[in-house]
Amino acid sequence: MNAPARPAPGVVRSYEFPVVHRHALANGLRLVVAPMPRLPLVSVLALVDAGAATEAAGLEGIATLTARALSEGAAGMDGATLTARFEALGTVFEGSADWDSSVARVTVTRSRLDAAFPLFAEVLRGATFPEADVARKRDERLVELQQQLAEPRGLADERFSGFLYSATDRYARDLAGTARSIARMNAAALRGFHAAHYGPRATTLFFVGDVTPEEASALAEREFGRWSGGTKPASMAAPSAASAVRRVVIVEKADAPQSELRVGHIGVPRGHPGYLPIVVMNGILGGLFSSRINLNLREKHAFTYGASSLFDWRRGPGPFLVSTAVKSEVTDRALTEILREINGMRAAPPEASEVALATDYLAGVFPIRYETTNAVAGALAGATMFGLPEDWFSTYRTRMRAVTAAQVHEAAQAHLDPTRLLALAVGDATVIEGPLAALGLAPVELHSSEHDPAEA
Amino acid sequence: MRIPATQDTLPNGLRVVLAEDHATPVVCVNLWYHVGSANEREGRTGFAHLFEHMLFQGSAQVAANEHFELVQRAGGTLNGSTWLDRTNYFETLPSHQLELALWLEADRMARLLPAMTQEKLDTQRDVVKNERRWSVDNQPYGTWWERLPALCFPPTHPFHHSLIGSMEHLTAASLDDVAGFFRTYYTPDNAVLTICGDFDPAEARAMVARHFGEIPRGAGKPPLPDVSLPPTFGEWRRDVAEDAVVASRLFLAFRIPPAGSTDWYTASLLGAVLGTGEGSRLPKALVREQHLASDATAFTFDLSKGSDLLVCDVTARPGVEPARLEAAVVAEVDGLIRDGVTAAERERALALLETAWVSGLQSVGARADKLSQFATYQGDPSLVNEEPARHAAVTTEAMTAFARARLGEKNRASLLYVPRADASTEAA
Repeated sequence: MNAPARPAPGVVRSYEFPVVHRHALANGLRLVVAPMPRLPLVSVLALVDAGAATEAAGLEGIATLTARALSEGAAGMDGATLTARFEALGTVFEGSADWDSSVARVTVTRSRLDAAFPLFAEVLRGATFPEADVARKRDERLVELQQQLAEPRGLADERFSGFLYSATDRYARDLAGTARSIARMNAAALRGFHAAHYGPRATTLFFVGDVTPEEASALAEREFGRWSGGTKPASMAAPSAASAVRRVVIVEKADAPQSELRVGHIGVPRGHPGYLPIVVMNGILGGLFSSRINLNLREKHAFTYGASSLFDWRRGPGPFLVSTAVKSEVTDRALTEILREINGMRAAPPEASEVALATDYLAGVFPIRYETTNAVAGALAGATMFGLPEDWFSTYRTRMRAVTAAQVHEAAQAHLDPTRLLALAVGDATVIEGPLAALGLAPVELHSSEHDPAEA
Repeated sequence: MRIPATQDTLPNGLRVVLAEDHATPVVCVNLWYHVGSANEREGRTGFAHLFEHMLFQGSAQVAANEHFELVQRAGGTLNGSTWLDRTNYFETLPSHQLELALWLEADRMARLLPAMTQEKLDTQRDVVKNERRWSVDNQPYGTWWERLPALCFPPTHPFHHSLIGSMEHLTAASLDDVAGFFRTYYTPDNAVLTICGDFDPAEARAMVARHFGEIPRGAGKPPLPDVSLPPTFGEWRRDVAEDAVVASRLFLAFRIPPAGSTDWYTASLLGAVLGTGEGSRLPKALVREQHLASDATAFTFDLSKGSDLLVCDVTARPGVEPARLEAAVVAEVDGLIRDGVTAAERERALALLETAWVSGLQSVGARADKLSQFATYQGDPSLVNEEPARHAAVTTEAMTAFARARLGEKNRASLLYVPRADASTEAA
């Protein structure tokens, strides 16, 4: 049997990101509509400029708790009734917060939009935050935190931020708050947060799916036209690193068969002009399956099931970090290989074929990423949150393909810094401490899993 | 809303499902092999999944890891997954790259073995052992996936044993095992190939014929051991697992008819009444009202051979006694049996399923996988379109009758996780 040779690609078919219509109501609320009429489905998303990054000290987590408790009471209905109303319409009201915004969203079938949208609006505008439900949501958040810290992955992520940022920085603490800050929350605090931050001037409303700009506009005007109140939040202070030198930290987990490794440092804000070359650089380093770090740690050495790197994009400088879980006995060797790849990225420009792999992938995968109404709504919300130009998506693929090896190399030299890396391992200290110390990177600091540097 | 799909069978037995949709210039190639952990021979648990890893290690014309690289260079996404009775592989690409995916899949279906080496096997064995450490051994409650099927299926049943496999059995896997498994199960007549998205059917058929047409049919596969079981457990089975966790967690399973049967749709809708959405019975009672649990859901395993499982999965708040958790979950199930399902509960569940159904049609990858699933298990991909109607045909009376017949004490299996003494002290 003949083996057919690798086929050449066919003719490229054109792709356009959905056309975006923008409009503002008289009260300042912005409306963004992206029709995707292929299926009878509409995603509605409200982006409120009220993120965790600007929360007051001691009230960390209030943005998340407020968003989660929105649907616990509104329009004369309690939480159970509201839940039943949304679910009878085949949807779920989702409230969440990120570092730079709060988000409420529902996805409904076309025929139920007219019934679901007023309910969505009532909850967003008029949430009442009943005391008993706020207390329950607060307790559930405390449980969530306990569960997260009992998981090696969750513990590693949590402690990495804690050791990385200066203890006074908001970024040193969990997005959704700490045990200490959450315990302080009550209905009055949430009502205050909602009244101060949720309002038309701080809100952008997105409609994506089987809906016309006219329909969306009429719905928005009817339900939000007379909404008032809410102010923009204060800006955040620039975060700073807890340490200017390299650190190696072990968070003890007795008998762990694997070490959860996190290696990185403070990165750059999303608004950085070198964003695209940094994304490509990270793709080559550890962002793709075929990246240097994954091929090294997984396919060459079989230390792990997977290893990756990311820049956590926020308005402020979020972390750059490499994440992996490796067999305990090879923790030191895995760290050495990670450092080798970071140094290698800085040492010389990447091969043209590596740059092409990353840019062709990131440009090519774009239409696949945005097949769903939810994904498009989320992407448009992100663009608004970060203040990206309106043509960001329509020009993205062209700009991505223009990134050069020289730019990638420049990004690596400017934004990877092996001299101030924090290497943190959640693992069995009796197995990994000696080998990690022997690497001579920095004195090994040993901490119990209870120790939270940001709360110490 | 229907997914229009055609099914043809090549002379070598490969079934080819085509589903056109030109909304976005992307296309998915999705290949199901009708083999999973159930087909493993004794002493080789985890082999089907280890084998899935080996399929990314190259074939006659594809270097190790080049499969990933070529698809990513083409702007595509890809992966594979192993289940009890099937293994799937899929690539979603810009539509002009369709033939690349077909070529990659055909090369490994026709010519995998020339590329297999001991070194590759050793590497992937270690990768999988790390996958096991990561997902099972170093993860709170991570062993549930092994313990629940072990509790619900008898030791001789092909669904009884671990899918990820034991370290010992992974160590024992040899290149001969790879060759034997490949020749027996990775044959065109044991596979369904679905192409979904933006393509021209005539062109696609020609490509499929070019790349798959000459691959020889297999010699047949050994039959699975008997999967038939009595309709219920006949008892209340129990397993208690101490683990390094901060809170108790209960998996309460019921044996139900296999996926695809009329009664399965009844069970599936009943599962949604119990545990889909915060307004369903378990989260409403245990999370919202009684403050005993932090999370409560219900799901089916979707097994289409012999019987399936409906599972309630409820995580307690820390400090809640395991016995109290179990009593509270059981009280909800008993309440359902006693009082029956209401019309509002049925409507709520159907509405949520309808939105999920339409949402699931949005991506070519999800659609392609559904088509392969129905072609593999039911013989006809178009049957996927009957799903909403089959759920909608379930009456409240049928659900109540099913609950009374199948959710009672003689058809329950409890897997209860309890915090180890030291772990629970830590949490306090």
